[in-house]
Amino acid sequence: MASFLARRLGAMLLTMLCLTLVVFYLVNLEPNLRKLAISQTEMHASDQQLESWLVKNGYRRPFLERYAAWLGIWPKQPNIDPKTGVATPRFSFCDEPKTPKFSGVLQGDLGCSTHFRTRVVDKLGPAVEATAILMFWVFVVMIPTALAIGVIAGMREGSRADRALSILSIVTTSTPEYVSGVVLTIVFAAWLGWLNGSAAQATEGHLSFYNFALPVATVAILGTGYVARMTRASMIEVMNAQYIRTARLKGLSFGAVVLKHALRNALIAPFTVIMLLFPWLLTGVVIVEVMFRYQGFGQALVDAAGDNDIDLLLACSLVSVVVVLLTQLISDIGYAWLNPRIRVH
Amino acid sequence: MQFLSPGEIVLRVLIQLIPVWLSLAVILGLSLVFRRKLGLYGHVVASGVGFAGLFLVGFWLFAAIFARHIELFDPLGQIPDLQFASPGAIDPHSHLPYLFGGDKLARDVFGRVIAGARIVLIIAPLATLLALSAGIMLGLPAGYFGGRVDAVLSFLANMVLAFPIIVLFYLLVSPGILETPIPYALAAVFFAFPIVLLGVLFITGYRARPEALALRLALTLLAGAWLFATFVFNADPFKLIQVSPSTLNIFVAVALASGPGIFRIVRSLTLDIKTREYVFAAQTRGESAWYVMLWEILPNARGPLIVDVCLRIGYTTILLGALGYFGLGMPPESPNWGTMINESSRFMRIYVHPALPPALALMSFVLGLNLLADAIREQSLRD
Repeated sequence: MASFLARRLGAMLLTMLCLTLVVFYLVNLEPNLRKLAISQTEMHASDQQLESWLVKNGYRRPFLERYAAWLGIWPKQPNIDPKTGVATPRFSFCDEPKTPKFSGVLQGDLGCSTHFRTRVVDKLGPAVEATAILMFWVFVVMIPTALAIGVIAGMREGSRADRALSILSIVTTSTPEYVSGVVLTIVFAAWLGWLNGSAAQATEGHLSFYNFALPVATVAILGTGYVARMTRASMIEVMNAQYIRTARLKGLSFGAVVLKHALRNALIAPFTVIMLLFPWLLTGVVIVEVMFRYQGFGQALVDAAGDNDIDLLLACSLVSVVVVLLTQLISDIGYAWLNPRIRVH
Repeated sequence: MQFLSPGEIVLRVLIQLIPVWLSLAVILGLSLVFRRKLGLYGHVVASGVGFAGLFLVGFWLFAAIFARHIELFDPLGQIPDLQFASPGAIDPHSHLPYLFGGDKLARDVFGRVIAGARIVLIIAPLATLLALSAGIMLGLPAGYFGGRVDAVLSFLANMVLAFPIIVLFYLLVSPGILETPIPYALAAVFFAFPIVLLGVLFITGYRARPEALALRLALTLLAGAWLFATFVFNADPFKLIQVSPSTLNIFVAVALASGPGIFRIVRSLTLDIKTREYVFAAQTRGESAWYVMLWEILPNARGPLIVDVCLRIGYTTILLGALGYFGLGMPPESPNWGTMINESSRFMRIYVHPALPPALALMSFVLGLNLLADAIREQSLRD
């Protein structure tokens, strides 16, 4: 187990290193650097002004040197005025150092957001927290619903309840967030007026059923159908197993067999699926946050991409890659732990 | 301004869609009549779920084919009086109705939804086929040889899978990136996979018959040259298809996003099938590794692959919608479903009618593909 964990963590670190290098390369392409310079200088700046802004703020230093500085294995350089030789911090709004200093991801410094004019940590911290709240409620709604649908459908394969619930889950897996968001808003906000079509207030700490139900439901819908289908398949497999027949034949009631014998084994597979759902939910969260104006991780990502805010984009990629890789690891370990027949090597 | 009544709108929509109904009736009718001779396809048509899936997919397929005859107005044309017009509003000049009303820029929602089917039905299946050939070409050797080949390829696939798709899209499908060689290089790589796949398939399979091999190789190379000229360099020698750089960029991004998933499925299928006796028999005969992979393993992996392709075309449609929703890659006036949903969702509290048709269109097409995949899986397990 220990060597399995060590190898997995090693592969994770290598993946993160490669991916951040790719992202770093993409955000530093010439057109993207120009986009950044345009957003940071005054309107109608000439090409020469854009270029001098890029040179002044160190974006023309060698690519690998800047990547190393972002990582924290090379000192970050302040701006040095070419005439006077006086060193000034790169971005005053982030209190960056005046002297060369090792200050990168390894030291816990994610850099400076040029779009929000603040440190990336200060922007991303609250944003991730807001998204975590959204995700928490999504899971609270999604998992019990999905498991209940899956278990009831898989309990008696081919019954009328099974048919109806299976069709319901296929329909929900075919409904992406931007479709369910539109349909739910039209029905519950525009026609019935029961719920708010904007979650902007929820960001400011006024979280209520009225403004938060629609975003949560929108994200939950796609995943619910998917998890329900997996639960159903797993339940059907368990219900056909020998020990269930034995339990029935020794005279136990159907309900007791389902609750005491089948359920525990049927819920192993969905656990893995739920964990692997995270990368999907991440995309959904971005769409929903934009649609319902909720200031979370997704909104920060979209804003950062709009202005090519290099440090914030890198930090967003890092956060999402860590989330995806960690959930994969948890799913593997959890699967082995829940199912003693599987051994990890 | 005059309006059609709700009943008249429904009737008129049904009439406009007559080419679609006729084609569907012919295809589904023939399939049902000859279902006993059609093998797996016949079983799928005869099952209720499969019929529903084929109906929905066929509906959008024929709607895309006959789009020019179905739409009453140019999907990009604007009639200033009909901004946000209610469904059934009649244009005073041409006396034709905006069946589903007008949108923010006074364009015909009905025509745009139908035209949107064209975009989806060209890009989604083609991009999925690109990803499929890449997945096959890389997944077979990874599963068959194992060892270092597998380690490297699996690491790369897992890396792309760990990358959140939305971040990938924002980085890869931006207008700025078109000024760099990246999309063209990636496109060249992806479009090479189907050509190499067919080439290797024919070389290993027709070794004993040089004339048959030469003919097939020549055809493959010709088709490959046309593919490259049309898609990568946007210079179709027949001037039939125009592929703008931004469309190419979408192709590449979508293929890159779904390729690793197919790779993993092909790899695990290969791992399973390579232990079968017919594979050992071929190896004992002294067949080459690629012959065994392409002519022994691949045909026996087709069932799960067909199901996965169906699901994945639906998934690609969802991705395309997301791209359109974020305004990435597609021109802002293009009638693709994602862009239409995004545009109309801003006015959703006041005007409902422009938002609903594209949303339901996208959902019904994906639902059709999912139902079809479900029916194929169920019927192939029964055999």
